[in-house]
Amino acid sequence: MNIIITISITAFIVLYAGLFKANKALLPLTVVGLLTALGFTFCAWGGNAVHFGMMQTDNFALAFSGVCIVGTLLIFLLTQNYFHAKSDNIAEYYTLILFALAGMIMMVSYKNMAMLFVGLEIMSVSLYILAGIRKKDFASNEASLKYFLMGAFSTGFLLFGITLIYGATGSFDLDKIQAYLVNNSTSVSPIFYPGVILMMIGLCFKIGAAPFHFWTPDVYEGAPSLITTFMSTVVKTAGFAAFLRLFAGPLEPLHEFWVMPLIVIVCLTLFIGNVTALFQKNFKRMLAYSSISHAGYLLFSLIVITKNSGNNVLVYAAAYTFASIIAFAVLILVKQKTGSDSFESFNGLGKKNPLVALCLTVAMLSLAGIPLTAGFIGKYLMFLNVMTEYKTLLVAFAILNALVGFYYYFRVIVAMWFKDGSETVLSTPAQYKVVLLVSVAITLVLGICPAIILNLI
Amino acid sequence: MEQLLLLIFLPLAGAIITAFAGKSAKIVSTVFSVVSLGLALFIACNFIPNASTQFEANLPWIADLGINFHAGIDGISMLVVLLTNLLIPIIILSSYKHDYKNQAAFYALILFMQTGLLLVFTALDAFLFYIGWEAALIPIYFICAFWGGKDRVRINMKFFVYTIAGSLFMLMGIIYLYLQNPAHNFEISAFYALNLDAAQQGWIFWAFFIAFAIKMPVFPFHTWQPDTYTAAPTQGTMLLSGIMLKMGIYGVIRWLLPIVPAGVQDWSCVAIGLSIIGIVYASLIAFTQKDAKRLVAYSSIGHVGLISAGIFALNQQGMQGAMVQMLSHGINVVGLFFVLDIIFSRVKTNKIEELGGIAKAAPQLAITFLIIVLGTVALPGTNGFIGEFLLLMGVYNVGIWAAAIAGLTIIFGAVYMLRMYQNVMLGKTNELTITFSDIQGSEKFVLYLICALIIVLGVYPKPLLHLTEASVQHLLEQVNQKLTSVK
Repeated sequence: MNIIITISITAFIVLYAGLFKANKALLPLTVVGLLTALGFTFCAWGGNAVHFGMMQTDNFALAFSGVCIVGTLLIFLLTQNYFHAKSDNIAEYYTLILFALAGMIMMVSYKNMAMLFVGLEIMSVSLYILAGIRKKDFASNEASLKYFLMGAFSTGFLLFGITLIYGATGSFDLDKIQAYLVNNSTSVSPIFYPGVILMMIGLCFKIGAAPFHFWTPDVYEGAPSLITTFMSTVVKTAGFAAFLRLFAGPLEPLHEFWVMPLIVIVCLTLFIGNVTALFQKNFKRMLAYSSISHAGYLLFSLIVITKNSGNNVLVYAAAYTFASIIAFAVLILVKQKTGSDSFESFNGLGKKNPLVALCLTVAMLSLAGIPLTAGFIGKYLMFLNVMTEYKTLLVAFAILNALVGFYYYFRVIVAMWFKDGSETVLSTPAQYKVVLLVSVAITLVLGICPAIILNLI
Repeated sequence: MEQLLLLIFLPLAGAIITAFAGKSAKIVSTVFSVVSLGLALFIACNFIPNASTQFEANLPWIADLGINFHAGIDGISMLVVLLTNLLIPIIILSSYKHDYKNQAAFYALILFMQTGLLLVFTALDAFLFYIGWEAALIPIYFICAFWGGKDRVRINMKFFVYTIAGSLFMLMGIIYLYLQNPAHNFEISAFYALNLDAAQQGWIFWAFFIAFAIKMPVFPFHTWQPDTYTAAPTQGTMLLSGIMLKMGIYGVIRWLLPIVPAGVQDWSCVAIGLSIIGIVYASLIAFTQKDAKRLVAYSSIGHVGLISAGIFALNQQGMQGAMVQMLSHGINVVGLFFVLDIIFSRVKTNKIEELGGIAKAAPQLAITFLIIVLGTVALPGTNGFIGEFLLLMGVYNVGIWAAAIAGLTIIFGAVYMLRMYQNVMLGKTNELTITFSDIQGSEKFVLYLICALIIVLGVYPKPLLHLTEASVQHLLEQVNQKLTSVK
């Protein structure tokens, strides 16, 4: 609870600071606010408080809140000069991102479906604005409109699902829904099933799983890069946490019913995400499609539900978030210098900018899932999870997809190190260096001794 | 235990220091590799061949997932550890005449790879083995793709995806074994003790075998190899052929035979068949090669085919032969590639028909090259002979025809290797080779060292055989015991 209050208050303070044109104070204020929120997260660790029957700050919620806050913090550090170059009214950026974060905290800690909906909407509405925040940019407008229409559509599905489940159980409360399923295991109301499917569709829209992924590439490409970073990392993590909280929790008794459609979704997501990413010429678009394929791997944790499912998602999401932040940070630097985000603009980057190129290499290795990086541990846990029920064919399919992944992730590495290009020297601000090094450190530490994060939840 | 940890992580420390050593990277990396060799020799001296695993290190690593840092050395490991630590300094020395750009990174990657290789060769925990397996792949990919020759990016991508495809399926097999293991850990002893039925053993055999077959490479998984060898910088080729392909052979011996013996037995005909096809196929192609480097690459496929056939024969002779031949092949092939590199650095070509008469201009190169070639074609008295002889004996016990066809490798090998030698070194001197200067300094040292090893190990292989004998016997006993219990 403290976490949400802190973040919301920070958002308002930042908004007022913006009114008084205290642009220099925005970043420090935000960082202090987020660090305080992070502090509250640590303080609440191990507790299991229920707030007004609406939210429950158990370790699951706190761990995901922590990842979201740290991710947002790193993204804020990347804002230096980024927003300033684009607009005078930059306080709005900060405020909207903070509101979205508050929404996400609700999404990862809801105990009542109403809270899920409220959190999702707080987050989504902020993101609709953020995607279109460059008023005069056509692509940005398109992204915003597409995102809004698709988002509204999916919210419809979600609400409809919630309604049907409410109709069957008479409650929004997760515990009561679970109790209903346990007590009436043989006579579950027929309207409950379509409710589950509709909720699954609604959530799959939000996390960008195929076949509900069509909005992602365009929105990711059109939105300002920093907002794309936010959407494809932190927002996605929160979406998964929300997904998991519902499906691995109260809906778990119906696992047999919803697992088949889920497997179809997973296979489609992996295949479409990877194969389309392979054909992209644009780095940003490639990351967008690859984020679809990562959604596929993340959903592995729901195919077989074990006591570790939540933790597996946490590891994978953390690995993916920090690697992606590196990738986008370098993309922003390259784009500032060359004006393009195609693969060619990365050619020969390693010669003059070894540090940046090395960081991006680690990120790509992690996204591809090479051992000694966090990405490998994440993938390994996912495979292990599914193998516990000996779904070998599914793992084999995922392995084939991972191989495709190597191709497109290595294209960046190849471009940076093995190709000759214009020898641009990137101007890397100190804050970018901090973000890059922190993220690389997290990626390697999680890859070499993941034990520190394996038993959190 | 401390010795082993030092052995494994010394090269890694060396890699980190070398990376920041700038201009003196050559010297720093040489020092580290020579110290590593000394350490390996020290361990070998204190090694008791008749005892089981020694110098064991067992530390908890990722306890929640049942993963331990468990490594140790038995006779089989000892041999490949020696090979690795012997070849790395040789490989580094062989690069002394080269001036690679970003050389700090180059030598750091070689040392980093050494740690990966040593992990593979000493791991007693399947997860650790897998980590080492990949940790050796990443540096060699960068070495080959950054410092390689024409079309290196495409070729190395193929190599990388090929090998990692194999290893991911192996990972699947490892996870399966882990789940089957009631203790839920990756201990090799627990994997040995598993009771899997024939069908399970069959598919696990393939999951592992493909990974190893790609690495070796066994026909038909070899298509990445000639291109990669040719496009890689010489040191990369040496690392690939001298040490890295032994990862595949070692994997078969350590992780395939004792874990799924019934699967091996069921499929050994296929494995031996593929190996023998590979021998004949590679030899025939080697005949027609115009580029000496490619010729050696194909000859390597042939030699490895024989080693793999000998292992799958599942008897003492074949296995011992494989052990000796692993070491011999490593030394010989590194020697061959080094000679070709010396020639290339002088005349800028490895095309056989453009060369000739180098022997007149460079007698010392000629004589050392001849010894290496003779070692490669397994002349009695050289190190190649004992290995191939034992391997053929092992294959003979499976079937006389198999041995007869596999024996062709020696005849074929002699023909194309000697013909290559003849065309490159003997005959008339042409414009290119007239100014050829003889070997000097580090080149001389490395080549004489290799020749000395070839002759010494050829004349007196007993310590080598003695080193591995007990472990091989123990391994085969384990396999046979498990086979009878399955029946």
